[in-house]
Amino acid sequence: MDIVAIQLLNAVQYGLLLFLVASGLTLIFGIMGIINLAHGSFYMLGAYMAFTLSSLTGSLAVAMVLGVVLSVVIGLVLEWTLFSHLYKRDHLEQVLLTYGLILIFEELRSLIVGNDVHGVPVPALFGGSIALVDTMTYPVYRLVMSGVCLAIAAGMYVLIQRTRLGMTIRAGASNREMVGVLGVNVNLVFRIVFALGVALAAFAGMLAAPVSSVYPGMGQQVLIICFVVVVIGGIGSVWGALVASLLIGLVDTFGKVLVPEYAGVAVYLLMAAILLWRPEGLFRRG
Amino acid sequence: MMRALVLPLGALALVALFPMSGATFYVELTTKIMIMAIFALSLDLLVGWTGLVSFGHAAYFGVGAYTLALLSPKVAAAGLWSSLALAIGVAALCALVVGVFVLRTRGIYFIMVTLAFAQMFYFVFHDTKIGGGSDGRYVNVKPDASIAGFTPFDLDKPVHVYYVVLVVLLLVFAFLQLLLRSPFGRALQGIRANEQRMRALGFPVTHYKLAAFTIAGALAGLAGYLLAAQSGFVNPELVSWHQSGNVLLMVILGGAGTPYGPIVGAFALTMLHELFSTLTRHWQLWLGISIVLIVLFMPGGLAHLMRRVRRGLFGGGRDG
Repeated sequence: MDIVAIQLLNAVQYGLLLFLVASGLTLIFGIMGIINLAHGSFYMLGAYMAFTLSSLTGSLAVAMVLGVVLSVVIGLVLEWTLFSHLYKRDHLEQVLLTYGLILIFEELRSLIVGNDVHGVPVPALFGGSIALVDTMTYPVYRLVMSGVCLAIAAGMYVLIQRTRLGMTIRAGASNREMVGVLGVNVNLVFRIVFALGVALAAFAGMLAAPVSSVYPGMGQQVLIICFVVVVIGGIGSVWGALVASLLIGLVDTFGKVLVPEYAGVAVYLLMAAILLWRPEGLFRRG
Repeated sequence: MMRALVLPLGALALVALFPMSGATFYVELTTKIMIMAIFALSLDLLVGWTGLVSFGHAAYFGVGAYTLALLSPKVAAAGLWSSLALAIGVAALCALVVGVFVLRTRGIYFIMVTLAFAQMFYFVFHDTKIGGGSDGRYVNVKPDASIAGFTPFDLDKPVHVYYVVLVVLLLVFAFLQLLLRSPFGRALQGIRANEQRMRALGFPVTHYKLAAFTIAGALAGLAGYLLAAQSGFVNPELVSWHQSGNVLLMVILGGAGTPYGPIVGAFALTMLHELFSTLTRHWQLWLGISIVLIVLFMPGGLAHLMRRVRRGLFGGGRDG
């Protein structure tokens, strides 16, 4: 029973982390109609920034603040120089360009930081473990991670449902042209959403760095799982991304415990089943 | 008409005479390029002619390769004809089953779902003991091509492999050209142009797409089989999403939906890789930058560029 409880906590924590990455991806899909293969690279970028900046400044918290600012800047620049040219192109060219970006990011990473696996120390404040029951303890940092992810999810809900910017984003997702005609600067909204997505993915990478360590190719694993999240949740639906992320967290975590050899496959079988039932995902908006 | 054939026939003559040079390294490299060209041609049936952007085509390539590896006994040769037929059959079956699922989606969804299913195959080969896990598996003895005592070629000799692959490439090319000129192929091109209209005209669109997906999977399996037979080795990298991205790159770079595009793309990308990797250890950086620049400034790929060059060379003429 205790093991189930601990795995449940792990599942939720993994699911929430996936949600941070996938929510940016689904927003970029839903609102800009762009398939961005390089989204996983932003996750990797975040993790490596956490590693580099925290060893430079000596504090993960400072590294995170700097990292978020940097990733917003990177997002804005990328949207301005590359992605803004892709809105009118077909998916094929989007795939091609963002695939090229992955190669560039991976190679830059190897040039600057090298190909070694690095660890990032857990901040001393959250270094301990707490006793869940008499015999089991759970690392505090993982609980903090889940808490932070939940706070961000709540923040996103408020931003999208309760603010003027959120209203514009939702309107832009359902009818881009109409919003433009009504006098909203759609280009600016796109740029902000893109930078927001980049920052979310990078932040997830920074948050995960102390737990998962930092290694080459980490972005691509996350990317493909995030595709599954978006397919299950429905394109453009942040709520769908949350439900799907938690679902995948559960299936993956318990898959690893129950059928270790086939855990990698379990998530995709879940996706296949959902595709049969609802080809457009669980929460596809109209 | 004659003029349009000058370039391809010249290239074919060059390729056919090439092994005379005796440069074994380049003979083997060209063999690999031709195998990739078959793979790219199979994907172009989906991407270029049916309008289905599959990002998971390496799955069937890998299934073809692994089928040979699993059929090969440790110290004996597998029969070439039976193992080849089985490899193509298994790849086709996998494509058929996956096709039933993925063809329920379209657009961006289709790209993501094909990628995800290919990743599932990757995990099957990578995590389980079926194909030797992440280490892969050797094909210790090359498949035996004898038919009733007569052996037409020997796959241990690089030059033999070269010509076998060249013949297969020509056969696949001819097969696809015939297919695309048939009513079936016309229907596929109709689906690419306007799926709604084809549906309204009473075509069972999904069945056509599923047939195309299965044929493309079978041909990719054929290419994978050839690669395993040439290299004598399979590992999960064959099924990785890099492989899917690579072949898609060949198709797009060469020009999707053109007869020669995928072949040109396979040659161009492999040579580009060779060129960059002799110049620098960080060839991926330059490849990535080239890709980004090509997309931004040269939509339509190399085939488009070549068409313009050819029009410049021969003056005017029909769009080929």
